[in-house]
Amino acid sequence: MATMNVKPRVRIPSPVKAGDVIEVKTLISHVMETGQRRDSSGKLVPRLIINGFAATFDGKDVFRAELQPGIAANPYIAFFVRVPKSGELVMTWTEDGGATAVETLRIDVA
Amino acid sequence: MAEVVNIKALNRRQFAVGAAGAGLMPGLLRELTAPALAQDRPPDNKWRETYDKIIGQAKPIQGKLTLELPELAENGNLVPFTILVDSPMTDADHVKSLYLISTANPQPDIAVFQVTPAAGKASVSSRMRLSGTQDVIAIAALSNGTYLTAQRTVKVTIGGCGG
Repeated sequence: MATMNVKPRVRIPSPVKAGDVIEVKTLISHVMETGQRRDSSGKLVPRLIINGFAATFDGKDVFRAELQPGIAANPYIAFFVRVPKSGELVMTWTEDGGATAVETLRIDVA
Repeated sequence: MAEVVNIKALNRRQFAVGAAGAGLMPGLLRELTAPALAQDRPPDNKWRETYDKIIGQAKPIQGKLTLELPELAENGNLVPFTILVDSPMTDADHVKSLYLISTANPQPDIAVFQVTPAAGKASVSSRMRLSGTQDVIAIAALSNGTYLTAQRTVKVTIGGCGG
């Protein structure tokens, strides 16, 4: 599977206590080309967007997003996760065509 | 903070004002010409199909769902939003999906978000594109089979979506 050549940015509060519900703020650079725009010669620019995002914590599904061209360029997605104990937060962005970007964040509870 | 308006309250006039706002008519002119424009245009109900596909025959309930959007967006290419449901997010009682619908963009469906009890809180924030002044609708599907809706009007100075 192809990998997107981009490094997503992820921010969480610190410190995290066991049982906290925390907000995870993510940002990834992407043009989110709508497929509705025309170039200077009048040709439609083909659609190329990040159409999917998924987050798991400790292997459990937490949050998923199915995105359409109505989401702005450089998609910012913020969601919540309950942290019962230390674990890994794995986030995957999927582009049209199947390329992915994966970011793993280790969360250690205080 | 959130303004909860009945979906049915979205009338032709509001549509027309939105449509005119997307064009080039400034200020007062927009108000004056809006009713005339409404008669010239077929009712734009594309978003209705998307809405009906999600809700089906269910009767949505208002309240408990908050859709935060700016009243005025200078740049339609970047409009921040937050969808938030007041839910305990337990296995027995939680939010399953959050939908965001535009009533005037070329494509009405903007995004679907799925949350699980492991999220602890049913909330998502992101940024959307708006082609012009319009109503934006959020729908929440709950684990007990009910639906919540909320609606906000956003005035857009410069439309997004490219052209």
